[in-house]
Amino acid sequence: MSKYPPMVLNMAPLPKPEPENFEPTATSSFDSRVLNSGSSLLMMQSVTVSFDGFKALNDLSFSIAEGELRAIIGPNGAGKTTFMDVVTGKTRPDQGRVVFGSTDVLRKSEAEIARLGIGRKFQRPTVFEHQTVFENLMMALANRRDPVSGIFYSLKQSDRRRVYDVAEQIHLSEVLQSDAGILSHGQKQWLEIGMLLAQEPKLLLVDEPAAGMTPAERERTVKILRDVSKTRSVVVIEHDMEFVRNLDCRVTVLHEGSVLAEGFIDHVVNNEEVIDVYLGR
Amino acid sequence: MMNSTQYADLGRRYRRASPLISMLVVFALLAAFMVYVPWANGSFSGGGGPLQDTMVQLFGKILCFALLAVAMDLVWGYCGILSLGHGAFFALGGYAIGMNLIYATADEKLTQITDPIARDEAVKQSIFSVVGQGEDPWPWFWLLADQFWFQALMVLIVPGLLAFGFGWLAFRSRVTGVYLSIMTQALTLVLGYLFIMNEFGLRGNNGLSGLQNVLGASMTEPSTKALLFLASGVALMIGYALTLFLTQSKFGNVLRGIRDDEDRVRFLGYQVEGYKVLAFVISAMMAGVAGALFAPQAGIINPDSFGPLKSIEIAVWVALGGRGMIYGAIVGAVTANLLRSALTGGWINSVGFGAASIDLSGVPWPEFWPIVLGLMFVIVTLFLPRGIMGLWHDLVGLLWNALVKPRLVADAGRGEAATDPSQPSSRTINREVVASA
Repeated sequence: MSKYPPMVLNMAPLPKPEPENFEPTATSSFDSRVLNSGSSLLMMQSVTVSFDGFKALNDLSFSIAEGELRAIIGPNGAGKTTFMDVVTGKTRPDQGRVVFGSTDVLRKSEAEIARLGIGRKFQRPTVFEHQTVFENLMMALANRRDPVSGIFYSLKQSDRRRVYDVAEQIHLSEVLQSDAGILSHGQKQWLEIGMLLAQEPKLLLVDEPAAGMTPAERERTVKILRDVSKTRSVVVIEHDMEFVRNLDCRVTVLHEGSVLAEGFIDHVVNNEEVIDVYLGR
Repeated sequence: MMNSTQYADLGRRYRRASPLISMLVVFALLAAFMVYVPWANGSFSGGGGPLQDTMVQLFGKILCFALLAVAMDLVWGYCGILSLGHGAFFALGGYAIGMNLIYATADEKLTQITDPIARDEAVKQSIFSVVGQGEDPWPWFWLLADQFWFQALMVLIVPGLLAFGFGWLAFRSRVTGVYLSIMTQALTLVLGYLFIMNEFGLRGNNGLSGLQNVLGASMTEPSTKALLFLASGVALMIGYALTLFLTQSKFGNVLRGIRDDEDRVRFLGYQVEGYKVLAFVISAMMAGVAGALFAPQAGIINPDSFGPLKSIEIAVWVALGGRGMIYGAIVGAVTANLLRSALTGGWINSVGFGAASIDLSGVPWPEFWPIVLGLMFVIVTLFLPRGIMGLWHDLVGLLWNALVKPRLVADAGRGEAATDPSQPSSRTINREVVASA
């Protein structure tokens, strides 16, 4: 069993965030957090996706640097999930360019893109419920992916260690032998993040990691994501403003398929246009 | 942190022991059966034992069906591909070996012709005169029909190639679910129409009949029947072991992943199509072997085997026994086929015994078979989603929790057993006991 109490029992109202937990927010965009982020890892240029005339992405340009943590927010229908679909190869854009490192992503299949080093967590936690936590992580490990090596794969000591280390990081090391189906909603979210980590991607796309989590779980999730972003680029889509604030990173606001504003959270939430969009004016 | 011994322990526990144990249990039962049947029949001492020759053949055929069901379970139970065309692979295997058997049978009757070319011509006439094509040249694919090794190879290659071509096209286009099932059904239907044509060169509606010779041994000998029965049993064991090996490997983890959430597997970087095609090809080859062993025991293979209903029946067997459990597929195939034989073979003549028996010999039992089959499918779908073996596991699990577990807990409380996280949880113990029971 997990050492954390069952999450369902926690019915207390969400506590107000404590301001002293936060670093003072940067007022200048020339912040060290941006300066040391290096060259651009993912670059999206004027990407447009339309579904039956509705433009889910409208001339969207976006880039993220190596080792950068970035949050994407925006009202429903702003194109956040479509953005991830395009980057991971699930949706082909009508026009535009998506370059990862030096590779044109649009020519690749989903599996090839994943092998290039882009990992994705879905909005709804999708783990293999009929397999153990160990098996879920083991499948995600950065080993050869072809069927024949799958048949003759034998578990190496280094793989075991890696699975265990990832499990420690996502606080699931004590339930490694349990079926993923019995995990709580929050634990499934962590497991999926863990599967991304085991893939050792260069870029993690994380769609609503805090959905359905208790405040304690959210706090841990923030910590996990911030840890991860020390070595990899991470893009987080999230609705919860406090969660985004805790991530303490640059925020991109999407609206009707394009970038409305970009900057640190205080800059963004004080932006007139952003306020208009969120208040529906 | 864990030390290295604990890491090793983690890996050991990661491979569940229960599937291996259940395989050994099945093998032990099967081996006992394979000793009993030839002994009771007196197969190797000229026959005449209390068990009739036809029963030996019936059991041999049922073992072939069990192998077919295992093949089906590999793609359906583990990979989520509901193939309603596996009868086609089975039939192709039967036809591949049947070509050699019918050639050998005709050849044996024509030993008086010494000139090999004239004899080949006479064999052709005796095979094809029934469809009025005795004078036509051999169809091209009969070229090496006189070579047993070649036709035996074709038992694997023809179903394998067909599965590869079909699977590659269908899976690459991401056809899944019911649409894929319909396509597989169309595949077997089309092949059935092809094989029923006289011009196709496989004797049309007559099929390949009178398959009396297996490597020179006559099928009328009890020992030949017993050998084929034993061969079917061995093939089933090999098929079981192969399926177990595949499904317990990382390949198997990925297959189950594809079954439960194909997209997730794709975004982990796996080429889903490759996995599906490989599983489909291996399964088709196993079905081919089952068909090749079935044909000589039935004595005939004809286009009926391509019938859509035959393929659907295979799915019913697997659902009946329990999907995603290899022994489930076997239990399902054996149960359904014994029931079928009981109904269509005139086994049920009376109920009760002595003066209290009710005569049922006038009841048209064979006509009930399709109804019983349909009913079984409905009942299993509605009430037993995990089949007979699923029910069995649930019952054993209930008994375990009610009777054994409380005692274990009490013992643990008395003893020094402190809560050691490296000990398998009661859940794990439960699973192992259930599966090995």
